[in-house]
Amino acid sequence: MYPEELKYTDDHEWVRVENGKAYVGLTHYAQEQLGDVVFVELPDVGEEFEMGDSFGVVESVKTVSDLFMPIAGKVVEINEDLEDSPEAVNEEPYGQGWIIAIEIEDESQLDQLMDSEAYQKTLE
Amino acid sequence: MTSETPLYERHVELGGKVVDFAGYKLPVQYSGIIEEHKAVRNGVGIFDVSHMGEFEFKGPQALDAVQKLIANNAAKLEVNQVLYTPMCYPDGGVVDDLLVYRLGEDRFLFVVNAANLDKDWEWVQENTKDFDAEIENQSPKTGQVALQGPKAQELLQKVYERDLDSIKFFWLDAEGKIAGQECMVSRTGYTGEDGFEIYAPNETIVDIFDAIWEAGKKFNLQPCGLGARDTLRFEAGLPLYGHELSPDINPLEARLKIFIDLEKEDFIGRDSLMEVREKGVERRIAGIEMKDKGIPRQGYPVEVDGEEVGFVTSGTFSPTLEKNLGIVMVKKEFAKTGSNLDIRIRKRLLEAEVVKLPFYKRR
Repeated sequence: MYPEELKYTDDHEWVRVENGKAYVGLTHYAQEQLGDVVFVELPDVGEEFEMGDSFGVVESVKTVSDLFMPIAGKVVEINEDLEDSPEAVNEEPYGQGWIIAIEIEDESQLDQLMDSEAYQKTLE
Repeated sequence: MTSETPLYERHVELGGKVVDFAGYKLPVQYSGIIEEHKAVRNGVGIFDVSHMGEFEFKGPQALDAVQKLIANNAAKLEVNQVLYTPMCYPDGGVVDDLLVYRLGEDRFLFVVNAANLDKDWEWVQENTKDFDAEIENQSPKTGQVALQGPKAQELLQKVYERDLDSIKFFWLDAEGKIAGQECMVSRTGYTGEDGFEIYAPNETIVDIFDAIWEAGKKFNLQPCGLGARDTLRFEAGLPLYGHELSPDINPLEARLKIFIDLEKEDFIGRDSLMEVREKGVERRIAGIEMKDKGIPRQGYPVEVDGEEVGFVTSGTFSPTLEKNLGIVMVKKEFAKTGSNLDIRIRKRLLEAEVVKLPFYKRR
């Protein structure tokens, strides 16, 4: 449910580092809490944000929640498939349900994130 | 303080995600709002609505007391008939919307929103002092379940001893039993589907729920939470207090004209509503469909040519129509079907079009 190779945030997001980019999505816990995801508001490619900034919004049938930057950087990819298939956030939160990729500015920010074990402790 | 309904243990056993709602621990969902919603549209779903409030009126002037409080006309009810009505303040704003059950010539039951229970009870007591009528708040001892969907009757008939065909829409039967327990059954609901609401004391509502649940296995009976209750009522264009109705919104603005009777004798709010009727409303409720991608939510501003003309009262993704829909309160001239409106959703201004309410009507 919480893959070992990922990093996690207090905001229930995960980060996967791949080719100098940080892919970001919501954790299993987050998608379960949200319920059926019906809309994801994505940023534009090229937008830059500080760590902790809201970069988008995820909406379930009943709720509207902000998405937060796990680290600072420029958005270099967005998952446009979520426009037609927002349910991927529920069904494959670590796969097809990824949300954005960020160009990593400051590697040291990654060290501030939690590993799987530490994140799971926060859920207890 | 949060209370448990008599069915709380069932919610937990069935995997409900329990939240605090109007002072009660109630499931917002079980398997998922969309799945539950579709079960009610296509099959049958069961809801615990024990949080709803019940006030019983009896005595020689029970009808007079009821008539003073409500905007619709309870004198037109036959025994065993049910009425939907707003209950207004003197200025025409809404205290609550409720169902009135005529249980006898001089016996009535109000079924009110849980979120308004305390306020309603005070209001009812304050305004009925001069009547020879006994009024009792039965909410704490009354349980209620709603069985809703096209398969509701077929399922309920398996456990109900009397003929359900004889209970017409907005009528009740208080003579039947389920699982050997006395209950009151009405053909009413808040989903836009056929269905029933079943009332029984706290002590026996669990037996009734269990009997329906057991019989429901053959029907794929779906337990449903507050989330689906909201999306179902929304598609059916049924108002929700705190959204389409409030102390600041009168029933004429909320498209409830057919549920007020200005010709009956005096009732609280009548003069104000007469005045509104004569002058015409300045704003009213309308349905919208989003043209751009985004979901309208309560409180979002509605604009036309950069000018604010109203606000969103409810909005969601519609599981049946698979569209982003909203209900708005806007200046009358912008409430016509086909009008283009802009909805301010966070930083963006997104296009919507006024469409007819209700969004969904059962076949």
